Amino acid sequence: MTTDQTTDQTTDQQATTDVTVCRLDDITPESAVLALVGGDAVAVFRTHDDGVYALSGYDPVGGACVLARGIVGTRGGVPYVASPLHKQGYDLRTGRCLDDPEVSVATYDVSVRDGVVLVAPGARSS
Amino acid sequence: MAPHLRKTLVVVGHGMVGHRFVQAAIERGLTETHDVVVVGEEVRPAYDRVALTSFFEVGAEALSLLPEGEYDDPRVRLLLGTAVTGFDPETRTLLLGDGEVLDYDELVLATGAAPFVPPVTGHDLTGSFVYRTIEDLEAIREAAATARVGAVVGGGLLGLEAAKALADLGLETHVVEMAPRLMAVQVDDAGGACLRRHVEGLGLTIHTGAMTTEVLGDSHVTGLDMRLSGLETGASAPSSTTVDCDLVVFSAGIRPRDALARTAGLTVAERGGVLVDEQCRTSDPHVWAIGECAAPDGRMYGLVAPGYAMAEVAVDALLGGDGAFTGADMSTKLKLMGVDVASFGDAFATTDGALELVYSDAVAGIYKKLVVSEDGTRLLGGILVGDASAYGVLRPMVASGLPLPANPEELILPVTSGVSTSSTTGFPDEAQVCSCNDVTKADIVAAAADGGTTRAGTTCGSCKTLTKKIIEDYYEAQGKVVDRSLCEHFALTRQELFEVVAIHEHTSYDAVLTAHGRGGRGCDICKPAVASILASQLNHHVLDGANQTVQDTNDAYLANIQRNGTYSVVPRIPGGEVTPEGLIVIGEVARDFGLYTKITGGQRIDLFGARMEELPAIWRRLVDAGFESGHAYGKSLRTVKSCVGSTWCRYGVQDSVQLAIDLELRYRGLRSPHKLKGGVSGCARECAEARSKDFGVIATEKGWNLYVGGNGGATPVHARLLAGDLDTETLVRYLDRYLMYYVRTADRLQRTAPWVDSLDGGLDRVRAVVVDDVLGLGTELEAAMSRHVDGYFDEWKATLDDPDKLRRFVSFVNAPDVPDPHITFREERGQSVPGDATGPVSLGSTIPVGAP
Repeated sequence: MTTDQTTDQTTDQQATTDVTVCRLDDITPESAVLALVGGDAVAVFRTHDDGVYALSGYDPVGGACVLARGIVGTRGGVPYVASPLHKQGYDLRTGRCLDDPEVSVATYDVSVRDGVVLVAPGARSS
Repeated sequence: MAPHLRKTLVVVGHGMVGHRFVQAAIERGLTETHDVVVVGEEVRPAYDRVALTSFFEVGAEALSLLPEGEYDDPRVRLLLGTAVTGFDPETRTLLLGDGEVLDYDELVLATGAAPFVPPVTGHDLTGSFVYRTIEDLEAIREAAATARVGAVVGGGLLGLEAAKALADLGLETHVVEMAPRLMAVQVDDAGGACLRRHVEGLGLTIHTGAMTTEVLGDSHVTGLDMRLSGLETGASAPSSTTVDCDLVVFSAGIRPRDALARTAGLTVAERGGVLVDEQCRTSDPHVWAIGECAAPDGRMYGLVAPGYAMAEVAVDALLGGDGAFTGADMSTKLKLMGVDVASFGDAFATTDGALELVYSDAVAGIYKKLVVSEDGTRLLGGILVGDASAYGVLRPMVASGLPLPANPEELILPVTSGVSTSSTTGFPDEAQVCSCNDVTKADIVAAAADGGTTRAGTTCGSCKTLTKKIIEDYYEAQGKVVDRSLCEHFALTRQELFEVVAIHEHTSYDAVLTAHGRGGRGCDICKPAVASILASQLNHHVLDGANQTVQDTNDAYLANIQRNGTYSVVPRIPGGEVTPEGLIVIGEVARDFGLYTKITGGQRIDLFGARMEELPAIWRRLVDAGFESGHAYGKSLRTVKSCVGSTWCRYGVQDSVQLAIDLELRYRGLRSPHKLKGGVSGCARECAEARSKDFGVIATEKGWNLYVGGNGGATPVHARLLAGDLDTETLVRYLDRYLMYYVRTADRLQRTAPWVDSLDGGLDRVRAVVVDDVLGLGTELEAAMSRHVDGYFDEWKATLDDPDKLRRFVSFVNAPDVPDPHITFREERGQSVPGDATGPVSLGSTIPVGAP
């Protein structure tokens, strides 16, 4: 298996059960898509430098599955998404809420192989 | 104190000064020892005569200084519609017109002044008026309804006010002034010439150096004869000329009403007015005179502020105080027909050795003059015409004797040279900044330090600029910087970004970020702000190319996101007018997609609960039925609300529905700093609540009144009159300019009400730019709006025609047919409403997953 690009966290074991989401080209840079991964709604983000990140799509503050529709950018150098409901920012790398240390969303392992985006089912943390 | 010791104080006259006297008497406790009787000749209680001209706009009630009709102190008795025919200082009795005799212990004359009517032949014909009371204005309005041409005799402050009123009433208007210039008392020749160009620009005809010799007509005014000095025409000898007119308003100055005092044998000044000492006491120790009927030290003051000061002094004296009136600051600043005029201190350089510094820009219509002391160290006075923004800084410099900066000319040069913002840190603490409320610089700094407020700027407002500057300088000295940058990615304000985008013709967020950003990739603040700026300038589809990722979710999905992640759909219903067929289609769509349906506050129908992936199918049906996007999701024009207007309403005087539809269609899709709403009411009953909107139009018998800056969001604000009795074409032109000016210069998410307030000069500034076009931007703003109107297309129709744009309207990218399980509904009052969210939901692993 050849790898165009993977995030650091991806391991070979997980890759065998990874769920195909879409092609990387299907995600406009600095935006996200929502994918169904092992029954979970997962927001898959692509940053301007083609970094790929996956977070739970559910906004725990707003109480709706909308994070894939947020604006993607940087805050203080941190790649982040702003929830479209009440604008809380979430660190794309860790799922940590930038506005409230008590809040975070689950992250998922994600990789890109042959231009295809793959997400490992099961949240890494929550 | 025994009851028989209570004294009676009678005040003759219930104008502004008489009222101020009574207020001060109550506040300072004079009514503890005195019963006060106020006798007013007019039928209504005191009103704001300074703002008399606005009577036509706001009505008598708004001008009243005593709206309840009586004082809340029971020891004050107010007799209105009552004349005083005489008084006797020997017996201390006062005779009223109805025969009643009042005893007094102390008598205060506040009888004011009467208009001077030159004794020319025909001055008393039907159709000739003076300009002094609300009744005068009512009579003028009635006469103007059947008149075509009006002439005002007198080109002073009040004459120009009267002329403006006539012009606003739709008359061709002439001003006849004996002096060689307008406002001869306040401004010099060059200032008068500048003012004249402004006034002529409004369509008025000005005759200076012209003496009225006769009012023509048998029983009714038909014209006016005047003799020209020849200075104006360049002729060597005087000549005569006639103006045909249907009405004449005399405003050739005022004369103190001192007849009562004369008859009673009191001393009057050489040039009229009851002679009083520094405590406002007349030659009889129990009679006082204040305001325009009084002549302290032989001089009569025709302004209200000195009258107020005299009222305070007289109350003080009656209480045994030693306050004195020793002259008054005759500085004036006013907005005359939309033109700033200010005159302060020694405006005519009468001080020995005084020097004049003049800045004049005939093209822009600006004239500024500073009078400085011989050694150049002190400001003595000045004149400002066309731009009086520096008045707030300059007047206190005269009053407090502050040293002039090294380059005093900088005080009047245009702001681009950096100046009127010179630092206030050199001002001494005791410098009086607000003369109306006696607030010093030290008071303002103290208030800034502990977060309090002062009354500076709350009366005449002329010191607002200086007050703001002092506060800013204070914070700056504390090392605090008022940061106006948009966000961490841009050091620019929204207004600066707007200009940068226009100048560099950027077409994408990336280009703006690359060229003007300060690192990073943007955020939820700058991206939508730049998206809005680009949309305002480009008229492109907001979802075109890379710009789709900088849109807020509402724009990104062309619908309003709601609390459970679903969207609401709002088709445009211009002016609230919809056909039965249209209603049926909306009803069918709502039924077929299970949408909650509600009439909005803006006369439209809101369909709630649409899943994102359903939006294209819903809009397909609506677009096919002829509906288009209502932009309920955008920071853009939402609706123009209307009443039913003259088509159906018994009271309507204009077709408000047609205008509302026209305006809504004209401005639909206009992306702006915040959402915009308008309203059009067909008559003054205001059923469309137009004055609660960002722009409101109210029909009058003669056209449209245009109000702007209503809707302050969380802080409700009523719109204020920008211009009156407009024809439709002018109305649209002003609206084009107003909206574009707002789009270009407001801050991010700043509504129109705070935007208007944020401008230096507030509403006056908006009027200067929109109506008077002082920036010369009118044509450009109209052209920009015209480009918007021409470039308009329906965003939803364009989206439905573009598979690329539709691609994102799916629930899951890899399972487009699976609905988002987080969205649930329950029923309330027979309709679907959001169910409770309970955290992330798993669909389980049995759901089939499609390949990319």
